[in-house]
Amino acid sequence: MPDFCGIHLDHPVINASGTYDAIAARRVFGDALLEDFPFSAFVSKTITPEPRAGNQPQRIWETPAGMINSIGLPNRGLEGFLAEDLPELAKLPVPLIVSVMATNHEEFSRLVAAVEAREEVAAIELNVSCPNVHSGLIVGEQPAETEALLEVLRPLTEKPLIVKLTPNVAAPEAVAVAAEAGGADAVSLINTLKASAIDPETRAPAPAAGHGGLSGPAVRPIALQQLRTVAAVTEVPLIGMGGISSGADADEFLALGATLVAVGTESFRDPRAGARIANELETKVSEASLRL
Amino acid sequence: MTAPFGRRLCEVTANQATGGYRLFSLLDREGPAPEPGQFYMLAAEHGWGEGGGRPFLPRAISVAEMAPAKEGVRLDFLVEGVGPGTDRLCELEAGEEVWVAGPLGNSFETPKQVNPDAAGAILVGGGIGTAPMAIWRRHLVERGIPLRVLLGFRNREHSGGLTELFCAGGTLCPDVRLASEDGHAGHQGYVTDLLATMLTGDDAGSAVVYSCGPPAMLEAVRTLCAEHGVACELAMESPMACGFGACFGCAVPKPDGGYLRLCVDGPIVRGDAVAEVAHA
Repeated sequence: MPDFCGIHLDHPVINASGTYDAIAARRVFGDALLEDFPFSAFVSKTITPEPRAGNQPQRIWETPAGMINSIGLPNRGLEGFLAEDLPELAKLPVPLIVSVMATNHEEFSRLVAAVEAREEVAAIELNVSCPNVHSGLIVGEQPAETEALLEVLRPLTEKPLIVKLTPNVAAPEAVAVAAEAGGADAVSLINTLKASAIDPETRAPAPAAGHGGLSGPAVRPIALQQLRTVAAVTEVPLIGMGGISSGADADEFLALGATLVAVGTESFRDPRAGARIANELETKVSEASLRL
Repeated sequence: MTAPFGRRLCEVTANQATGGYRLFSLLDREGPAPEPGQFYMLAAEHGWGEGGGRPFLPRAISVAEMAPAKEGVRLDFLVEGVGPGTDRLCELEAGEEVWVAGPLGNSFETPKQVNPDAAGAILVGGGIGTAPMAIWRRHLVERGIPLRVLLGFRNREHSGGLTELFCAGGTLCPDVRLASEDGHAGHQGYVTDLLATMLTGDDAGSAVVYSCGPPAMLEAVRTLCAEHGVACELAMESPMACGFGACFGCAVPKPDGGYLRLCVDGPIVRGDAVAEVAHA
């Protein structure tokens, strides 16, 4: 029974932000989704201050042992999320973590303050894989930008603040240290890796945006190495993710010090992957104790 | 109706060549019977990504036909091998198992549900897109709804399913007309030529058009119907990783901006609910 920033969870498997729409899944699968919810906490899609339609298709591209996505964060915006999505997500039988993203400190503050005010929300994840419009720099690629953002947001909420690291940097551990110094309660990693493919029919880059983020088992060894370097220099709890598709995969992240693991792409292949992986982990643990 | 939560293994009970396509059957012991137009996410239990390669994601395949079976429901799928996923589905052998999630998505509406004044249906299928027209055709026939079926194929190599899905007693069903681009069967030209002729008839306004096929054909159908003021429902296709609203990959542009998620808002979409049908 993991304890994550004071939140008690039934098992260590949650979802990666943006990889499970619990509202749509309930429409498709009915109340069975709630009765047998696959994750011990639910992370929302990233919410932005204003609504976003998302990117032009084609948005996804299958690659060896993975996929590239260029979805573009479609969401209802803060107001739509609070009015329409949050009441539905509050019906889920697990704690709710809301992911937010903005392009300047003022808008980020507005998001965090609004989510802080909602008791349905257990924690907030900051998606920092976005540019700061003032500096033009991707916040999560710059330790100083990350720390400055946390220093603005930390006083606005008592809820746990999780910083989602981007893997597209030379030294993710430097950003993790900055997040911790700025007051982050936890760090999650990895986000998707920048990637591109070629459409064999058109010989044009794919998906339509020309590039996107790579996920799936193909990225797991990279995720493990980044988790290793981050775990070596941080004290805060870590959420590890990147290509986890089995209990054995999840255990690799736990072995490196992750408190929780998150499942993303595997849920596309198996809508109950989270529960299966949690079961496989539990079986692995009980088998290990039998061997003692 | 909701789908069973998660995926399940279903046994392959048959897989036969039909023209240039394959028609295979699964025995689904758990799921409800699908409605015409619905689809499943399919992935072979073995030979599907374990080696670290492709295929990796399940493939969204519409149901071509279904029938009650002794211990469940028989599901028939028409597939053409066009990549690693469909190639693997084509080579399935009886006794193998397939991971199945579904039935997923919405289904066709009857002509009267689309247009209270409608008296009949025109079904337009192209290539592999003839598959959902088969189950929908049978459904309409059983309910005594007048219909015409127009089916088009590029050539003999890119055709199939006629004998199994649109014939009775070895003869093409009388309501079915064919077109082929190479002239090997029926009208030489596009299936939309046949539709254009039909829509100029006096009673065309009392029909609802249902269509599934390649993007260029669907766009031609959508445009023809709009020009003639005839309602249409399009069974669309899009790259899709999950089939249940999770991945947001299957975006289809709406006419007024924004996108539909084809897996949960479709795959059946009214012609006026989408912008131009683009090649995905």
